[in-house]
Amino acid sequence: MNLPLLWFCVIALLWLGYLFLEGFDFGVGMLLPVLGRDETERRVLINTIGPVWDGNEVWLIVAAGATFAAFPGWYASLFSATYLPLTLFLVALIGRGVAFEYRGKVDSARWRRVWDRIIVTGSWTAALCVGFVITATVLGLPLDAAGDRIGSPFASVTWETVLGALAVAGYALVHGAIFLALKTEGDVRYRARALALRAAPVALLPLVVLLLLVQLRSGEPWTWAATGVVLAAVAAALARLARGREGQAFSGMAVAVAATVLALFGALYPDVLPSTADPAHSLTVAGAASSSYTLTVMTWVAAFGTPAVLVYQGWTYWVFRKRIGVRHIPATHVPAASS
Amino acid sequence: MDVLDLARWQFGITTVYHFLMVPLTIGLSLIVAGMQTAWVRTGDRKYLAMTKFWGKLLLINFAMGVVTGIVQEFQFGMAWSAYSRFVGDVFGAPLAMEGLVAFFVESTFLGLWIFGWDRLPKRVHLACVWAFSLATVASAYFILAANSWMQHPVGIEVRDGRPVLTSIGAVLGNSTVLAAFPHTVFGAFCVAATFLVGISAWHLWHRSDDEPVWRGSLRLGAWVGVVAFAGVAISGDLQGKLMFEQQPMKMAAAEALCRTEEPASFSVFAIGDVASPDCEDVKSITVPALLSFLAHNDFSSEVKGLDELVPLYQERYGANYPVDERLGELSGQPIDYVPLLPVTYWGFRLMIGFGAIATFAGVAALWLTRGGRLPRGRWFPIAALASIATPFLANSFGWIFTEMGRQPFVVVPNPSGVDGVWMYTAQAVSNSAPGEVLTSLIALTTVYGALAVVEGFLVRRYVRAGVPGVLPPEKPADQKHDTDEHDDEKPDAEKKSDVLAFAY
Repeated sequence: MNLPLLWFCVIALLWLGYLFLEGFDFGVGMLLPVLGRDETERRVLINTIGPVWDGNEVWLIVAAGATFAAFPGWYASLFSATYLPLTLFLVALIGRGVAFEYRGKVDSARWRRVWDRIIVTGSWTAALCVGFVITATVLGLPLDAAGDRIGSPFASVTWETVLGALAVAGYALVHGAIFLALKTEGDVRYRARALALRAAPVALLPLVVLLLLVQLRSGEPWTWAATGVVLAAVAAALARLARGREGQAFSGMAVAVAATVLALFGALYPDVLPSTADPAHSLTVAGAASSSYTLTVMTWVAAFGTPAVLVYQGWTYWVFRKRIGVRHIPATHVPAASS
Repeated sequence: MDVLDLARWQFGITTVYHFLMVPLTIGLSLIVAGMQTAWVRTGDRKYLAMTKFWGKLLLINFAMGVVTGIVQEFQFGMAWSAYSRFVGDVFGAPLAMEGLVAFFVESTFLGLWIFGWDRLPKRVHLACVWAFSLATVASAYFILAANSWMQHPVGIEVRDGRPVLTSIGAVLGNSTVLAAFPHTVFGAFCVAATFLVGISAWHLWHRSDDEPVWRGSLRLGAWVGVVAFAGVAISGDLQGKLMFEQQPMKMAAAEALCRTEEPASFSVFAIGDVASPDCEDVKSITVPALLSFLAHNDFSSEVKGLDELVPLYQERYGANYPVDERLGELSGQPIDYVPLLPVTYWGFRLMIGFGAIATFAGVAALWLTRGGRLPRGRWFPIAALASIATPFLANSFGWIFTEMGRQPFVVVPNPSGVDGVWMYTAQAVSNSAPGEVLTSLIALTTVYGALAVVEGFLVRRYVRAGVPGVLPPEKPADQKHDTDEHDDEKPDAEKKSDVLAFAY
């Protein structure tokens, strides 16, 4: 395998890690007001992701950084062409990140209500934006010969990118609900399970439509097969969930998201960012890649860094593997308001 | 304003803001790691109280540093896409390494530390605080290596008009980063030290409970401060000498040195416009020959002024911008090689001045509290709290100076000439619509402003509450030693109830 192709795969893998991990913590944020009926339940939900959400987000930072290092043109064109959606994405990530940390720092219902709203809107917005941007890179943007966007700042807003936004948000919703069914106990657990089963047919529909659309446009036999795996894995996940096997259902979602990334990035290859204006302006794996020296250096770093990340992040999930319920939530201990 | 101005304001605002959080995070996390180590080794509840109190303030600050850092990484591509395409082969690598090697460690082990108090054995939990605090230092190294490459490109060759990496060792071992890293990290410890001193002094004056905690924190902060301020001065001197070689224009601009002088005097301050043609005449109080020493370690050496440097730059790098429609109004126009002198001149002085005030505050704190003394004047807590601002300001002005001082370049030419790579800031910006950049500028500035108020409110509240705000007084004071040691032997002791030790 040549280095540019290897790095295309690494970046797909980083997106896979991001979608799988932050996918459920977006879902938890999105479902906060639905599954958390009182303050203690909302704290149960937030604490399922409390120790891990920040580490999950680093997958995004590394995906972006690796794209910058390995495919500077891809990074530059995609990020500048989707400027406004990314601005919205950043504001959403800032809001929900701070909200997790600050929400419990003051004992006031009003204070918590404000941060809860930020978590919910931030999680929805961020999930939608991720879907939007990934779809933009898979289906292409109107780029000129220099790699700059042709048209208005809203040129990237098409029915396809909107569909992609809904696809990832819908997936995050179901994935988050299954994660909560796996990580909580008591009432919340059963409500999360029921919600996942009830919501899945509607919430996952945009993802299925997106996958079929991408395959119809630029699918290969093996990416069609990956799409088939997505459908089968989701069906199996929901079936296992209905039987109360949350761990198996969650694993099914892992397979589904892996196959989704395979289907999308497989269909994208050999491009990294097609130009919808003129195929000659498309950025390709071979054309947009950094020099082989840079890629070699990065390969060494990734070869040592990535297994380490998987080990210590895996260990974190092991440390915090227990289900959380209302009985685990401690009383709030924060400084009282002073004059 | 055009896209260039908007993008520059956005980068300036978001970076200065981000760097208010970063130095406090770096300095405080290592100090907290030290406090927790003391607690694990001695079992003294005083150190636990210190760890919990300063650790809570660290977390309030850490969250803001994390979320504002994502903006930094994204805006290269969003607002500076031409720059990203030009330098990506070199510049992306340290950024990606930072994420993969440092930031993953930071975020993951921070989560383990916050939530792991009752889930992890004491020593493993201690290792987590060291892991994330050392990772913040590693982060700083990679980011500074990237910045230093913009200041002084090395380890490359030019292929198709673009710099291509030929030696990652040269980039990570760039003399510029070797000078900038200690200066920045010492600067971070100055921030954290003054933070400790100011807040502890305030508590001591108010005769808060837990007097040993505050006295211990104050003395620790003051000693860390003394070392850090000495370090920042020495490393700053070395960095300055290097900059006279690598970026003579920046250093001439730091002095607003219109004319070459031999020996060159150092101006303490100026009354009047330092950018005026007769700028030497507006300078008040000059120290003869000091600038020569700062530049070359030699009181009689010559220091080149703007009058000599401008023609030199024009000869080497061209008198006019290339004709390129992307440059807009600047296309084909003469290049102004002189940075904004009022910004560089005053930025440099404010950096040193606020650093000096902070140093004075640290030394004064040590003197005033020697042998258990405590000043009772009403001015004392006010002065202590006010001094906290000074190293933050010194850091900000230092960065404003160094980034404004390299204009009009975004990638400054390496004067040895071997690499032949440079880029003007005006060429670096994205081909965006002004409305896009204006939107993000307004959105980010508004959000940052609101969050600054919130963070300030939370820090104030936790500071005022002191130790009881973070550590419930559950154990009788006379038994604390026994119980703590008891816990140590039985990490599972806390499991007598199902309630988590910490939850959001």
